Amino acid sequence: MERPLTQHIPASGAALHIKEYEAVGGYTALRKVLQEFTPAEVTARVKDADLKGRGGAGFSTGMKWSFVPMNVSGPKYLVANADEMEPGTFKDRWLLEGNPHQLLEGMIISAYAIQATQAFVFLRWAYKDAAREMNKAIADAYAAGYLGKNILGKNYSLEMQLHTGVGRYMCGEETALLNSLEGKRAIPRAKPPFPQVSGLFGKPTIVNNVETLSFIPHIMNNGGDWFKSLSHTADGGTKIYGVSGQVNNPGAWELPMGVTMRELLEEHAGGMKNGFRFRGALPGGASTDFLTDAHMDVKMDFAGVAAAGSRLGTGTMVVLDDHTCPVGFVHNLEHFFAQESCGFCTPCREGLPWTEKILYALEQGHGTYADLDQLDMHTKLLGPGNTFCALAPGAMEPLQSALKYFREDFEQHIKEKKCPYAHHSH
Amino acid sequence: MPIIHIDNKPYEVKEGKNLLEACLSLGLNLPYFCWHPALGSVGACRQCAVKVFKDEDDKKGRIVMSCMEPVKDNLRMSVDDSDAKSFREHVIGWLMTNHPHDCAVCDEGGSCHLQDMTVMTGHAYRDYRFTKRTYSNQYLGPFLNHEMNRCIQCYRCVRFYKDFAGGKDLDVFAAHNHVYFGRQQDGTLESEFSGNLAEICPTGVFTDKTLKEHYTRKWDMTSAPSVCQGCGLGCNIIAGERYGTVRQITNRFNGDVNGYFLCDRGRYGYEFVNSKDRIKAPMVRHSPAEGSNGIPLMQHIRSKIVSKKVIGIGSPRASLESNFVLKQLVGADNFYLGVSAADHSLVSLALKILQQGPVRAASLQEAAAADAVLILGEDVTNTAPMLALSVRQAVRRIPVEQAINNVHVPAWQDAAVREAVQDSKGPLYILNVLETKLDELAKGAYHTAPDNIARIGFGVSHLLSDKMPEVTGMSDQGKAIAQEIATTLKNAKNPLIIAGYGSGSEAVIKAAANVAWALHDLGIDAMLTFTVPECNSMGLEMLGGHRLDTAMDQVLHDAVDTAIILENDLYRRLNHHTANHFFKSIKDIILLDHLYNPTAEKATVLLPAGTFAESDGTLVNNESRAQRFFQVFTPGTDVQESWRWLLQAGVATGNASLAGLVHLDDVVSAIARTCKVFAGIDTLTPGAGFRIAGQKIPREPHRYSGRTAMQADVNVSEPKPPEDSDTALSFTMEGYRGTPPSAMIPFFWSPGWNSVQSVNKFQVETGGALRDGNPGKRLIAPNVNGHTPFFTQVPEPFLPLAGHLLLVPLHHIYGSEELSVHTPGIAERMPAPYIMLHSEDAKRFQVAEGYLLHFIENGHHYTLPVIINDTLQQGAAGIPVGLPNMEIAEAPQLIKI
Repeated sequence: MERPLTQHIPASGAALHIKEYEAVGGYTALRKVLQEFTPAEVTARVKDADLKGRGGAGFSTGMKWSFVPMNVSGPKYLVANADEMEPGTFKDRWLLEGNPHQLLEGMIISAYAIQATQAFVFLRWAYKDAAREMNKAIADAYAAGYLGKNILGKNYSLEMQLHTGVGRYMCGEETALLNSLEGKRAIPRAKPPFPQVSGLFGKPTIVNNVETLSFIPHIMNNGGDWFKSLSHTADGGTKIYGVSGQVNNPGAWELPMGVTMRELLEEHAGGMKNGFRFRGALPGGASTDFLTDAHMDVKMDFAGVAAAGSRLGTGTMVVLDDHTCPVGFVHNLEHFFAQESCGFCTPCREGLPWTEKILYALEQGHGTYADLDQLDMHTKLLGPGNTFCALAPGAMEPLQSALKYFREDFEQHIKEKKCPYAHHSH
Repeated sequence: MPIIHIDNKPYEVKEGKNLLEACLSLGLNLPYFCWHPALGSVGACRQCAVKVFKDEDDKKGRIVMSCMEPVKDNLRMSVDDSDAKSFREHVIGWLMTNHPHDCAVCDEGGSCHLQDMTVMTGHAYRDYRFTKRTYSNQYLGPFLNHEMNRCIQCYRCVRFYKDFAGGKDLDVFAAHNHVYFGRQQDGTLESEFSGNLAEICPTGVFTDKTLKEHYTRKWDMTSAPSVCQGCGLGCNIIAGERYGTVRQITNRFNGDVNGYFLCDRGRYGYEFVNSKDRIKAPMVRHSPAEGSNGIPLMQHIRSKIVSKKVIGIGSPRASLESNFVLKQLVGADNFYLGVSAADHSLVSLALKILQQGPVRAASLQEAAAADAVLILGEDVTNTAPMLALSVRQAVRRIPVEQAINNVHVPAWQDAAVREAVQDSKGPLYILNVLETKLDELAKGAYHTAPDNIARIGFGVSHLLSDKMPEVTGMSDQGKAIAQEIATTLKNAKNPLIIAGYGSGSEAVIKAAANVAWALHDLGIDAMLTFTVPECNSMGLEMLGGHRLDTAMDQVLHDAVDTAIILENDLYRRLNHHTANHFFKSIKDIILLDHLYNPTAEKATVLLPAGTFAESDGTLVNNESRAQRFFQVFTPGTDVQESWRWLLQAGVATGNASLAGLVHLDDVVSAIARTCKVFAGIDTLTPGAGFRIAGQKIPREPHRYSGRTAMQADVNVSEPKPPEDSDTALSFTMEGYRGTPPSAMIPFFWSPGWNSVQSVNKFQVETGGALRDGNPGKRLIAPNVNGHTPFFTQVPEPFLPLAGHLLLVPLHHIYGSEELSVHTPGIAERMPAPYIMLHSEDAKRFQVAEGYLLHFIENGHHYTLPVIINDTLQQGAAGIPVGLPNMEIAEAPQLIKI
């Protein structure tokens, strides 16, 4: 089984430094691209691989790049979205800390494809080790001639900078990220115009996830067919999956795209810990719908998870066990989402705290049946299109599915006027 | 025009609009908060949700925000769709989770957009059962009250204050449901346009603090359409009164002039009307006129006029009617314009240029659409504040056009346009004697003496057209600046040249005219804006009369018996010495004015003249736009319009030229008939006989309360309401409830729309002109006859002179205008008298910041504290103009130190 993204990361997780990276074939893709490929050919190859964005939305990367107007003057930007703040998600961290040059090489090639003049890594503030490694990697890449003027002596120049965020979940949304990078409030922008046309400082900009960009050197070296062949399903490549919760072996693994949930949980995560029963899981981070026992054979790719009523999201699963109160579980999530709402649009700013307060009231034994109606109503009203961006709709996904799959738990809170899991609750 | 289907009915709508604008323009009710016609859409509040359908067969549809969706031909949408309605109702529900529901004690109550929208959506039952978040409020200065708990986070305040008006000290802080709109710390809001927050805010977060001092509900106010008296731009206002005091000034939309906004001097400068210094009864030699001497007032006045040598002194802050009647009363030969020599020269020059030249005066809205701006010798933020707001929009025109082309977004999608525009700006060049607030927007800002400004202006005009005089001996830097400006203007489609009274220099005004005319000769649609000092400076100049300084000659040679002074303090027009001499030389001074002032001290007969709020009349603004203002209330004292006093004097003296003139319409017709320049002013508004459905237009809303009780302490019988024999407005709540003619809108109200947002209902389309056209009439048309005049006299360059300083006038939005300083908040923000020097000059004269500098001007001694500003031209000294308690010094002129 090939693990292109993580195969060279030492078991210790320590970063692969530039010489080590070069020794395992690092920067050969960049060399090849600058010698042999036009920017359009790079994009064509990425399209050919049908690489889908690993940040959660699963949009075709090559397609995204192809929207960048190529015949305009002035700066263009490439941004690596390394603001990994989705609760339960830690896949990019692995790549950032373990193989920073792989990301850099992917970024330089991607920047070349859109003829960007400047690249940024927008990094989550809390990833202190990653920040250190990225800074070193960028400096080393400059020193080695992979960045700066006339990269590898060719007629292409690119500057790169690391930007550490201040810890807003909102910055994971690409347009809010761009606002933040400009020094503005991290609020999302209306689309259209898309960042490909009017992004950072109003200039054409591509924002890609760390995992997505890290694939680029491998696709350049090995081609689209190779990439597709890595997968079990129609969505090509490998995927870094993660599992957290009361399992025997929580962690993250690079696996062929499309492994089943059962395989992931039982083979890789080692099954539930003794005394804990699986009740459900958020398959792709906090803003995805619960899947349950009934979905164990769902193939974990974009289409498969969607068909099961959820989203692949980041591919990092959070497991709910039978000792944890589902109401408390979603209360914790809604607390997070309410706090991380940017405050720009009404339904999100006011609706999320409302759901949080209801869930808290339920947990405290003050819930009413009318509260459930309110919660149901919010899951419908805070849907896509009703709110300005995807934050609130994402926040409603675990809630709506919890109300669906664990309704009796909610009702029990009301009937018993207390949390039946009180000894475990938050 | 595209057809859209709203709830299965086809409507023709305008291309390029969004669905919200389309719906509102069609007269449909659709609630909104964050959208504003002048600010565009950002999609924050989610209140204007509607459903759109893919096609006829799509029954499900999807919810969209109507403010963010462009009109498309054949688009199908629903306002009444139950999902959309339910969503809109819930948006209010969410907004109400933290709103304090304190309408009863909120200043906004009764004119609150949030109330209106709440009712419109049908949200009536509160199902949020948790605690509300609360905020601390801030002290924001004398103009605005801050009550953040009421905030519904629509973001309009910061979008207006920062994005539209260029303010820097109001922002949004924090996140999620704790977002806070305010300043970094307590303190006076710095923007000259801060008062607009009271109207921009859809609820009671920012409210008018002067109104709070004497609060009354909007529905309890008697209001009338009026025109601002604060400067020469003639912004349209609505003034509201109760119990004999003016309570509030709000914007009166005029699509050609001020649009949706006012400056803070205009909004808050009204309190002189309520001043304790008002002259309320006629006085003869400082005693009540009908007192011990027993001679009826008019008989007394007659004795001072008939068979006497009488002169009349008009006023640039009095109506055309009052000035006209005075001129008729004393005869044209004896009528003097009550303005300083400098102002007279400047305004008459500006008038001549507009009348004789081929370039038109720009309205404020035309100025906002200019694609290149050159400002010569003018700090517009202080001399004509709303013009600064227009210039702030003009510098965005080119970048916005580019953004729309490059990014393919409609102009109304504000956030996307601003993102694409970033900090890029269209061409603006400012030449002024020192830095101005607009410099931050300028491609080039140069600080030099008025004569040097004029030289560069002349240089620009010569580069544009050989016909214009050449400037000899120009410095290399001056040449480079002139070349850059000329090249820019030449490439513009609608360049605007701004000059005016600010620099006090005729040469600067002439240079501006030459530049505009040279552009005109190149086939470019250039525009000119000349600022003028006062609300009727232009009207007075057009009416015509002798210079005030020649009155002094007449007084000295001709032994004048009586001077009738109209709404004027001559101590602001003449230096102290000359004014004293003038008053000493005349036996009788009849003064008509609002407030006790130094001239009133000298008056032998003092007549209480109605302010704008107690008068009807006409003003002519800087672009020659004649506009009517209407009396707001009857003062219940002897106060009446100056023109009425003067008509009575005319009757008493048997003046033939005033015979038969009684009412406003009579005077207006007489002006239109006898003065060619004012032809057409009798059609500005319908006359007194105008009725709709047999009814007058009420100044009071139909909810006006307390009428039967408000005078019950005097008499339990309700008194007969005052009648308005001059206009088609009534002083009561009875009358026609529909839309009045656009020039006669006493307040904006429409069923379900109690706030200022109801202006939508009075417009042909949202943001467009008022229904039957924007009020006012421009009196001067450009003189396009193929022949372009030009000025030939280029001034000599200014160079600092040993032992001397060039006094230059500096204007202040708060302080330089005579009447507005009677508002305590404006007085609070007024600077103390000073003299401003460059630090090199301070060294030269061995003074420093705070030192007192003594100089003699025209035999008069001045001692002023020094302030240092190194953007000031070396060799020049700035002195503030018009501050109370500061005697005037003619500027610019060289003084010896």
